[in-house]
Amino acid sequence: MTTVGTGVYTPKPGAAPLSRMIAAQAALETKMLLRNGEQLLLTVVIPTLLLVLFSSVDIVDTGAGQAVDFLTPGILALAVMSTAFTGQAIATGFERRYGVLKRLASSPLPRWGLMTAKTVSVLVTEVLQVILLTVIAFALGWSPHGNPLAVVLLLVLGTAAFSGLGLLMAGTLKAEATLAAANLVFLLLLVGGGVIVPLDKFPQGAQDVLGLLPISALSDGLRDVLQHGAGMPWGDLGILAVWAVAGLAAAGTFFRWE
Amino acid sequence: MRSEPVVQVQGLVKRYGTKTAVDGLDLVAEAGVTAVLGPNGAGKTTTVETCEGYRRPDSGTVRVLGLDPVRQARDLHPRIGVMLQSGGVYSGARADEMLRHVAKLHANPLDVDTLIERLGLGSCGRTTYRRLSGGQQQRLALAMAVVGRPELVFLDEPTAGLDPQARHATWDLIRDLRADGVSVILTTHYMEEAEQLADDVAIIDAGRVIAHGSPEQLCRGGAENTLRFVGRPGLDVGSLLKALPADCSAAELTPGSYRVVGKVDPQLLATVASWCAQHGVMPDRISVERHTLEDVFLELTGKELRS
Repeated sequence: MTTVGTGVYTPKPGAAPLSRMIAAQAALETKMLLRNGEQLLLTVVIPTLLLVLFSSVDIVDTGAGQAVDFLTPGILALAVMSTAFTGQAIATGFERRYGVLKRLASSPLPRWGLMTAKTVSVLVTEVLQVILLTVIAFALGWSPHGNPLAVVLLLVLGTAAFSGLGLLMAGTLKAEATLAAANLVFLLLLVGGGVIVPLDKFPQGAQDVLGLLPISALSDGLRDVLQHGAGMPWGDLGILAVWAVAGLAAAGTFFRWE
Repeated sequence: MRSEPVVQVQGLVKRYGTKTAVDGLDLVAEAGVTAVLGPNGAGKTTTVETCEGYRRPDSGTVRVLGLDPVRQARDLHPRIGVMLQSGGVYSGARADEMLRHVAKLHANPLDVDTLIERLGLGSCGRTTYRRLSGGQQQRLALAMAVVGRPELVFLDEPTAGLDPQARHATWDLIRDLRADGVSVILTTHYMEEAEQLADDVAIIDAGRVIAHGSPEQLCRGGAENTLRFVGRPGLDVGSLLKALPADCSAAELTPGSYRVVGKVDPQLLATVASWCAQHGVMPDRISVERHTLEDVFLELTGKELRS
């Protein structure tokens, strides 16, 4: 065996600065998401198609006023759900299954740093979605009202609520089960969460229950502000806050890294 | 080289439900290359993963570079490199992309392009991880373990399923790491790998270390060795036996073919040669059969198949 080394591998360990690690991790996560065809279908293609289709063709009775004014808040809520819940659950489920989370857990990046990076990546994706959908909505004649701060607050709390639920699913179920369940939930909430179908189309009993879902609270809150120019929709913000706290706490307790 | 052990495991117990995977294991690994050998299910991976901070011991203590792998993970992780038995990479990531990413998590990483070249990963190009060959995936995982310039590298079956070229490339890298003062703990099923690379070998079975030492020590100790020679038929084996140490045996297996079984060392060889000289025998085709690590391993762990 050789005993004299070249010095190439001489130990020089050390973690990169935290901010650099988190930025690198968030950039990689976003890149992985944007490269994945199924994810793009979910986060970009479906919301865009639904917005264009239902705004231009009179399929669902969206009540008084322009269809696009009713639909855009719902589609924005759908965009948040597609990224923070469905997309994040599926991606994280497979990262767990393929040992990515495990491998990163022994890297210098702390676990909370990884979760922060995931959140940053979700937020970056949402900003891109919101820009795209807003541009399309304006092209379709959308005229929004209301307090932008209330909109941001709704989107952030909605993201927190959906992230908690998505991570709970990803961290407890098998990857395939997460894939199936996350898509199913996406579809059910798309129909029953006030996204394109107004909740008042459902029987009163169902409305009461459906109104408590995070997607309904988000779409209803956004609609109150953007379509009707309401101030702070405290009721919807409250529902989202409860989901966020419960979901994130459950995810924090039950999440398994491998 | 440092004098303090890189890994100290004392009385480690780890259970999964009712199954005891590691059962009071003691292991001290000094600087250099330590190979952990054992049949499937012996507790190798559990032991290594406890050292990496993935598993909490049910009892016993584990210290890696003097640190508690669970409580002091933040201090330990930048100093170690980890290669898991499989996976660990985003299925949609390219090899160079993932390696560059891991490099970015470290303060003074190796030059990524040089490492890619060295491990023959340059040809992966734009192929994503899930479409790489098994060998390419293994080499990428190895590269990820060393790119941060760690003091200690854990490699869990680094050459499982590799072709001979890739296996030798991996061995060469491990030798270079060792030469530059990086310590390596590797688990393996390949005896040849342990013989080739390891300063120290620990054989684990049923959750305990059942033998530990350098490959030479392990091959010498325990098992008896054999010396054979060919001479005139009908030599006086009784007189040879008298010349030999008490714990040796000698026999004429077939006419003219003799075998001595015992602790074969230079002294024994000299005794046999001098007995031959006294009896006017030219010992033809004299040979010493050393036990390989594989013999030792099978002797210690039995030959029946493991689940």
